[in-house]
Amino acid sequence: MLTVEGLRSRYGRIEVLHGIDLTVTSGEIVTVVGANGAGKTTLLRCLSGVQPVTAGSITFRGEAFTSVPAHRRLKLGLAQAPEGRQIFTNLSVEENLRLGAFLFNDERVHRDMENAFNMFPILKEKRNQVAGGLSGGQQQMLAIARALMGRPACLLLDEPSMGLAPLLVQQIFDVIQGLKALDVTVLLVEQNAFGALSIADRGYVMETGQIVMGGPAEDLIADPRIREAYLGI
Amino acid sequence: MPELMQFLFSGVTVGAVYALVALGFTIIYNASDVVNFAQGEFAMLGGMIAVFAVSAGMPLPLAAVVAIIVTGLIGIGLNKLAIEPARGAPVVSLIIITIGAAIFIKGATKLIFDKQLHRLPAFSGDTPIQLMGATILPQSLWVIAGAIGVFIGLWLFFTRTLIGRAVLATSNNRLAAQLVGINIKWVMTLAFSLSAAIGALAGVLITPITLTSYDVGIALALKGFAAAMLGGMGNPKGALVGGIVLGLLEAMTAGYISSQYKDAAAFIVILMVLFFMPQGLFGLKSTDRV
Ligand SMILES: Nc1ncnc2c1ncn2[C@@H]1O[C@H](COP(=O)(O)OP(=O)(O)OP(=O)(O)O)[C@@H](O)[C@H]1O
Ligand SMILES: [Mg+2]
Repeated sequence: MLTVEGLRSRYGRIEVLHGIDLTVTSGEIVTVVGANGAGKTTLLRCLSGVQPVTAGSITFRGEAFTSVPAHRRLKLGLAQAPEGRQIFTNLSVEENLRLGAFLFNDERVHRDMENAFNMFPILKEKRNQVAGGLSGGQQQMLAIARALMGRPACLLLDEPSMGLAPLLVQQIFDVIQGLKALDVTVLLVEQNAFGALSIADRGYVMETGQIVMGGPAEDLIADPRIREAYLGI
Repeated sequence: MPELMQFLFSGVTVGAVYALVALGFTIIYNASDVVNFAQGEFAMLGGMIAVFAVSAGMPLPLAAVVAIIVTGLIGIGLNKLAIEPARGAPVVSLIIITIGAAIFIKGATKLIFDKQLHRLPAFSGDTPIQLMGATILPQSLWVIAGAIGVFIGLWLFFTRTLIGRAVLATSNNRLAAQLVGINIKWVMTLAFSLSAAIGALAGVLITPITLTSYDVGIALALKGFAAAMLGGMGNPKGALVGGIVLGLLEAMTAGYISSQYKDAAAFIVILMVLFFMPQGLFGLKSTDRV
């Protein structure tokens, strides 16, 4: 579904991605774990087209994707729930969801919104409230639900568990696992390596702008180096 | 009493013009957080282009439409040539660019047209209408109807249409707007063309009453800005109420104190708002991210 080859990106003069290779196959949950500042967010920003790529290529569903403008990528099936949630704080919960389906104007929008409310009932309760007033966990739910409103084939998730209480983290991970049943392929970026690897099929480990390891999630969880560096075991 | 009514009528008339200019501010501000100080020049262009279209032999309604469309295109040009290339610069820089653009438009108008005062025939004649012991020009009713019509249109646009909400979303979070598939360049083009067209409409409507020339834009921009600040930047309802209140303040100042102090009203309003209620009368409470 998604193939990244030799991807490089920089902020000003400082290169932060030094040639990333990665693939995501349809139906998988793939995770990229790595410490603070490894470049995980930058990678997802490149995939969504909001960060310039200096070298390498992105192929999505067989199409060259590297120079497709950001606003066209959702139409081609790639959505992102970005780091820091980035919801529309001045608009209501319902307006946020409606804008998630900005590209669509059919009766499915209504059904998708009901599905989102079933997935996160608290959002239904708060549907008319201003999104900026939601708690951190509710904002994260809204960010995921908004991304799903765009009917993605592949969803990029950037640290959905960040800053959430353990119970909420579990709920969010359960939802992500449930996306498989909805035919949504997932690329999940996390600092919470254990949680992410527990629900993923495959994983990559990223360190200072490079992929240093990759493989089936259960192998990574079992790997002593990973256990030491990322799982704190 | 008739005196008061007379001041009220003239206050509401100029207030409606300020409201129209303020509504123009609202759209661009909503799309980009930029206060476009070339907004007054759009009103000036609307009046001037209509004047010259009429003198070239066009019937008035056609001249008005031409003025609005041409000014809308100039708005798009301003965005494409001056704002879009500087995107990513701080909002303050963009605001300064709009001030530069205002000076440029004014200078270009002086060269292309002339330095004279011009008038446009009133839409429905010049016979004053008697009302509650005072008189009001038919053209004033056009101006007021124009402000109310544009207000209702914009209010529906922002609250009822998906594209209107996309404009709001773009100013609220440009990154997220792109991620949901909104073409933010297109939103900016839309905002500039719409707001230039509304400015031009204001110019066309008021020229039969106040006359126009190449240099009327700055005063209109400042008054419209004061009105938008008073109502709360970004809120169409605020722009309408702010415009009318400012117009009334000016008319009362001119009527009961001295017309010399009329223009001071706008500046006092700007200062008072900045000091005592920076959000304005209807300003959105800025909800911070958690
Ligand atoms: N806007 C920016 N300007 C300059 N440098 C940046 C910018 N954003 C990130 N960086 C740098 O790029 C590198 C990678 O950052 P990135 O945010 O992609 O890492 P990350 O893996 O997502 O980290 P975290 O887990 O903290 O979210 C870091 O060294 C960071 O300091
Ligand atoms: Mg990050």
